[in-house]
Amino acid sequence: MPLLDIKNLTLEIETTNGWVKALDKISLTIAPKEIRALVGESGSGKSLIVKAIVGAINEGWRLTADRLNWGGKDLLMLSDEERRQITREDIAVIFQNPTHSLDPTATLGEQLEEAIPDHLIGKGWYWERRQRRNEIVASQLHKVGIKEHDACVSSYPHQIPDDICQKFMIAMALASEPKLLIADDPTKGMETTTKIQILKLLSRLNETKELSILFVSHDLLAIASLAETMTVLYCGQTVESGRLMQLRRRPLHPYTKALLDSAPSFRKDLLPKTELNALEGTIPTLQNLPAGCRLGPRCPRAQKECVKMPEVRYIQNHYYSCHFPLHRYK
Amino acid sequence: MTPVLAVKQLYYKRKTVRGWRQAAVDQFVVGPINFEINAGETLAVIGDNGSGKSTIANLLVGVENPTSGSILLNGQKIQYNNLKQRSLNIRMIFQQARESLNPTVPVGKILEEPLKLNTDLTAQERHERIRETLQQVGLLSDHAHFYRHMLSDGQSQRVALARALILNPQVIVADEPFAALDPSVRSQMVNLLMQLQKKLGLSYIFISHNLGIVRHISDRVLVVNNGRIVESGKAEVIYNNPKTDYTKRLINAFNTLIDNRVF
Repeated sequence: MPLLDIKNLTLEIETTNGWVKALDKISLTIAPKEIRALVGESGSGKSLIVKAIVGAINEGWRLTADRLNWGGKDLLMLSDEERRQITREDIAVIFQNPTHSLDPTATLGEQLEEAIPDHLIGKGWYWERRQRRNEIVASQLHKVGIKEHDACVSSYPHQIPDDICQKFMIAMALASEPKLLIADDPTKGMETTTKIQILKLLSRLNETKELSILFVSHDLLAIASLAETMTVLYCGQTVESGRLMQLRRRPLHPYTKALLDSAPSFRKDLLPKTELNALEGTIPTLQNLPAGCRLGPRCPRAQKECVKMPEVRYIQNHYYSCHFPLHRYK
Repeated sequence: MTPVLAVKQLYYKRKTVRGWRQAAVDQFVVGPINFEINAGETLAVIGDNGSGKSTIANLLVGVENPTSGSILLNGQKIQYNNLKQRSLNIRMIFQQARESLNPTVPVGKILEEPLKLNTDLTAQERHERIRETLQQVGLLSDHAHFYRHMLSDGQSQRVALARALILNPQVIVADEPFAALDPSVRSQMVNLLMQLQKKLGLSYIFISHNLGIVRHISDRVLVVNNGRIVESGKAEVIYNNPKTDYTKRLINAFNTLIDNRVF
């Protein structure tokens, strides 16, 4: 049974032009011990999916789904209290911008201590509990590769560099020993060496603690070295999903191909200073989304039928939604 | 052939005194920096955060003054009081393109500013130049009436590039120009920069984290660590055959990512 099972998740947001589907029939499953990558550019709704999973949706938005199940329980049917329980104990999120999502008025140590659940500390006198709490803080920080934990614990978020803040966020997320870790662009703006440390840490946790990871990013290099399965999003629509190897070897959707081509490091045969394949135009804004397949106006293979939303088709667990996929010539 | 830009024994030192005791002094030193760059060449600067990459960019465009050493432009030493010589020939693109544009002024005004300050063109000629430059970077001449908030990320990056191009410079210094862009838009920008280089014979100095793109676009690479140049040379040589430990670590990390050998 999958840990998280999302089918046809639709999120509507009210704008000046009426209700707009910011997420349009998203389907996503995460099995236990799976690392799934969620790839998409900014404005593709990656962060909205994360918010929908943990229930941090604004009140005015309309959320509908055929299924939004956590280990067999329908999250949308649960009471707020039960849902909060699940989000607190089993799901942890690393948010995108560490300096913005950490509390600027509390020291990092205080924030990390707060994230440790009571059952890990156990019972005892307050000084015993405090000691145990400090031990957990130190060990968590060592795990994510922060060596000088004393200096870190007593400083405020603005006082330490961004990449250490990022590691701190990871330590905070892992403190409650979750089953699913949602990492929203954890390697953004990091140097290659630090990035590898983080990726190694995540994969080690995946192996030793059977942690499932939803890795949200657009850094294809990081994804390729961590994830087994990948879901590609474009403008709130699932474009293609399947095993990473399959997608890399034979992308079926034009967008996936463009995305893979945009990372020059993937292609060893590419001569330096040659032109990269790029899609024309930019990502449409939420106010003027095209009808049907939202890639339509930018797609090199688009035809008349593309104004209708394509059906989801599949070849052996490789799902794609396109009228004119790449394995069929026009 | 004289190189377009030559940097010789450039040093930058900054002291910050913590408190009143003379002993507690933080010293930040960048240098010695030596490099040359020819017309139509791309030089990339790579290194860790806080290693002084951005300081090098700031020294070149004149945000910071070096403590000692000299910068030669076409064999002529740059005088620190001669701002025109520098600002006509060395231009910069900032990391956050959007943040670097003035939100209260339309794009046309933003582009007109350097022309007013540095050239003797009439209003008519200035408008003509703005139109040309906007088209050069793949925007429409109507974009001159747009404000910052009306542009997408890719478009604001193009405006930033237009602002750098408008004085027909010889060298463009770009500090992480692609970091804030999405992959599909990033490829467009990379292509645009390379086209412009072919057409106008520009020299680029790139400061970047993204080793994949650096390998793709640069001719030569400068590796900086702790304010010192640890290694410099042709891009292929550095990538295939790094010499110093620091570069080896950097390139190895990059290669493990490519070959998916993280575990």
